[in-house]
Amino acid sequence: MKKEKENIAMPETEEGTVLFNVPFPKDLKQLKGMSPIITLQHYGINYIHSYGQDSPFFAGLANGRLLGTRCTSCGYVHVTPKLHCQQCGGECEWMELPKEGRIHTFTVCYFGSEEFLKETPFMLVLVEFAGAKTLMLSRLLGVDPSKASVDLIGKRVKPRFKRNSKFKPTDVYFVLTE
Amino acid sequence: MRPVYMVSGGITKFAKAHPEMTFQLMVKKAYDYALADIGLTHREAVDAIDGVVASYFSDHFTRQLMAGIMVQDYLGLVPKPGHRVEGGGATGGICFQEAYKSVASGVMDVCVAYGFETMSHVNTWKGNEFIALASDVNFDYPVGGFYTGYYAMMVVRHMKEFGTKVEQMAMVSVKNHINAYHNPYAQKREQLTIEDVRNSPMVAWPLTRLDVCVMSDGAAVALLASEEGIRKLEKASGTRLRPVRVSGVGRGTDSMRMADRPHGKVILLPHESPDDYRGLDYPGIHSFRAGRMATKLAYDMAGIKDPLKDIDFVELHDAYTSSEIQTYEDMGLCRYGEGGKFVEAGNPFLPNIDYGLKLKKKGTIPVNPSGGLMACGHPVGATGLMQAVFAFWQVQHSIKKHFGNDLLQVRDAKRGAIHSHAGTGTYVTVSILEKA
Repeated sequence: MKKEKENIAMPETEEGTVLFNVPFPKDLKQLKGMSPIITLQHYGINYIHSYGQDSPFFAGLANGRLLGTRCTSCGYVHVTPKLHCQQCGGECEWMELPKEGRIHTFTVCYFGSEEFLKETPFMLVLVEFAGAKTLMLSRLLGVDPSKASVDLIGKRVKPRFKRNSKFKPTDVYFVLTE
Repeated sequence: MRPVYMVSGGITKFAKAHPEMTFQLMVKKAYDYALADIGLTHREAVDAIDGVVASYFSDHFTRQLMAGIMVQDYLGLVPKPGHRVEGGGATGGICFQEAYKSVASGVMDVCVAYGFETMSHVNTWKGNEFIALASDVNFDYPVGGFYTGYYAMMVVRHMKEFGTKVEQMAMVSVKNHINAYHNPYAQKREQLTIEDVRNSPMVAWPLTRLDVCVMSDGAAVALLASEEGIRKLEKASGTRLRPVRVSGVGRGTDSMRMADRPHGKVILLPHESPDDYRGLDYPGIHSFRAGRMATKLAYDMAGIKDPLKDIDFVELHDAYTSSEIQTYEDMGLCRYGEGGKFVEAGNPFLPNIDYGLKLKKKGTIPVNPSGGLMACGHPVGATGLMQAVFAFWQVQHSIKKHFGNDLLQVRDAKRGAIHSHAGTGTYVTVSILEKA
């Protein structure tokens, strides 16, 4: 059994003291016993990122339209767009997805990647649409996270759009229809 | 292709952080252990080894491109051939198979597969961000990229389709942590109960902190050789090797976005029939088609007809308790949908260890006797090779020598399977190790 006391610890944070020098032994033989020098180094990048052929999906979100693609050869529907069919290799065309879908599965994230920690707890959902076998990953809003249960699967949901688009997949999110 | 053998292995203990070592030294320690275990000096090894394959997952964690060659020069193995492989969580498993191919093809007689990861260089939540970059950064990552969240969604669907229970998932955690309690290489050695797992903080419903593996620093090395290579090594070291044959390798893939996975028919294993799966949409997001593909190819190559009869133990990629249950099914240890009941009955537990649980069919086929990723840790590039080393020692019956006790030695182990898994089931490798 884990003892509660073992879990008590001061939170580790990343700020610290700027270090310009360290003690150094007279005898070089002592160097192998030296503690490692650990420094904080920044690692940040801005990317010039293109959505390429998938750009119309994000233009759709900015205009309150949820787009997928349909294969012009076999009719397969890609809810998350692909401009070439993953089933038959045919070329796909843009189409508007139905105005309502159902919860295929979901979760409540109480932790997350650093970028999203401040938003926890948040709900992720995979939405299914009539006539399509592929799904869409999105956020589910308006559901009490403490009420998470498999009974939510199959419930009807509809998309809502941000008023000011950020050209990210979170420009759309889903809420329960009922 | 010609027969390939694993002849030695080594592991640098997985830990939360190894600030006292750079990645080069981490690999060197595992490498030196592998050489010492077959009585090979550095010089003899350099003379015998034909080339290497390097494994590390993330350029973000390492923040050093071409880190593979920096290990190779530290080991003194330049200018011999070498390259790095990358395939998410399966990087180590892919590395093992690329070394296999180098030997099987006749290109090399002796090949070193080495892997490492240095995940302690960022905090846990930044680490989760780095890992989540292994999801589509246009459509998936920005929604709230978090692998535990992705796996939670998959198991919620598994629960809906098949009635899998959170307590069954917790039993996987109890099993793997208690196994690791007897493994000196494990990062976490804890005696847990089902209640401990369920009462631990919720990470992504229904997965708690004890349903999820931890991040680690660590390294592992596997030495592979042909029959000619074994003769060379035996001549060089003057000792008789105890090789283990790599009798099957298989690999499968699936779409990066789990949302894109189609619904079709199950890829059947020899002991299954289409009647087993009438009306099941497959793989959906509840099963790993890549895992089934890898399994089928590896079983076919090794001549495995019924895994429960033909395999003595499995080391599989339990990054989550839920994915261990899903993988029982992919590997045909039970039918699709029966994974929860399979663990509940005790099948994947070791027969001789006390888990504080009542188990009806204890020890049918031990899964993760080492403690798996769940408790040993998951320094991604090293993980698949760690599994190879543990499986090698199991088939060699040398667990006592390497662990200092034989509690985790699978009795009469003649053949084992290792399983390495990436993404949301994107790349999966299965390899079979058996008595030579």
